[in-house]
Amino acid sequence: MVRLLSAWRRDLVCRDAVALMTDYLEGSLTGRQRARLERHLAGCDRCGEYLRQIRVTIDVLGRVEPEDLEPEARDELVELFQRYQAEAELEAEADAAAEAHVDDTDGNT
Amino acid sequence: MSDRDEGELIEALRAGDEQAFVELVDRYHASMVRVASSFVPSRAVAEEVVQDTWLGVLRGIDRFEGRSSLKTWIFRILVNRARTTGAREPRSVELDTGDGSRSDRFTPEGAWREPPVAWSDDVEDRLAAPEIAASIRAAVEQLPESQRQVVTLRDIEGLSSSDVCGMLGITEGNQRVLLHRARARIRAVLADDLGKREK
Repeated sequence: MVRLLSAWRRDLVCRDAVALMTDYLEGSLTGRQRARLERHLAGCDRCGEYLRQIRVTIDVLGRVEPEDLEPEARDELVELFQRYQAEAELEAEADAAAEAHVDDTDGNT
Repeated sequence: MSDRDEGELIEALRAGDEQAFVELVDRYHASMVRVASSFVPSRAVAEEVVQDTWLGVLRGIDRFEGRSSLKTWIFRILVNRARTTGAREPRSVELDTGDGSRSDRFTPEGAWREPPVAWSDDVEDRLAAPEIAASIRAAVEQLPESQRQVVTLRDIEGLSSSDVCGMLGITEGNQRVLLHRARARIRAVLADDLGKREK
């Protein structure tokens, strides 16, 4: 128990600090873990630099644009849309006709 | 791209407005192909999955309740279809190579063996170069599949942690492990690129 406690109090080594960084950025560390990591970062330029680089990496990833849409792909999708609309209209008409028919029969009985 | 907001776009799409559909396609299609590509073995299959997703969007838009953003809703349909298709397609089994960095990054005592070389303050400008974007795309494509999916949805598309866990059916802890490895790998690629450009 005493040994466990002293291990807990001992500062993190760099390897452990790096291992915690995603959990840190995701906000999933406990208050105590976070304090321990921040204490390490305050005294370790190397790990501070590593964390900064991970932040830059995330930022750069967020700015990678997808490849442009090819005009043919766009045309195909417009066709898909028009086919879908035409079918949907036919179905709506068929439904309306069926309903009208039901109304008729209801009226007759 | 016009400035119609999401609510207006949804209403227009429900009314069968073709221009609203084209606007959505312009906004999301290319990103959707990129996401689908992380689940299926070829670009052609990815494009089929995305087409199928658009049909799902048209069929489902009347039932969209706005509990999530439209983008999240569309991407949920997409990931569902991509996962189903990906599970059917044959592919080579890949080994997860950890964070892709050398295991001797640290001494047995846990100190840096080769500390990260500091990136200068203008690093963001230098990283905006087109060669770097190409290099990042290639590096993401080479990640093990599950790392690639998580980093694409989270860091590239900017979806939330809980949305991505739900879409992929993984725990938050598992997601963090995958994200950690993927980011470490991409950071290493960026560090290499910056080093080369300095010479």
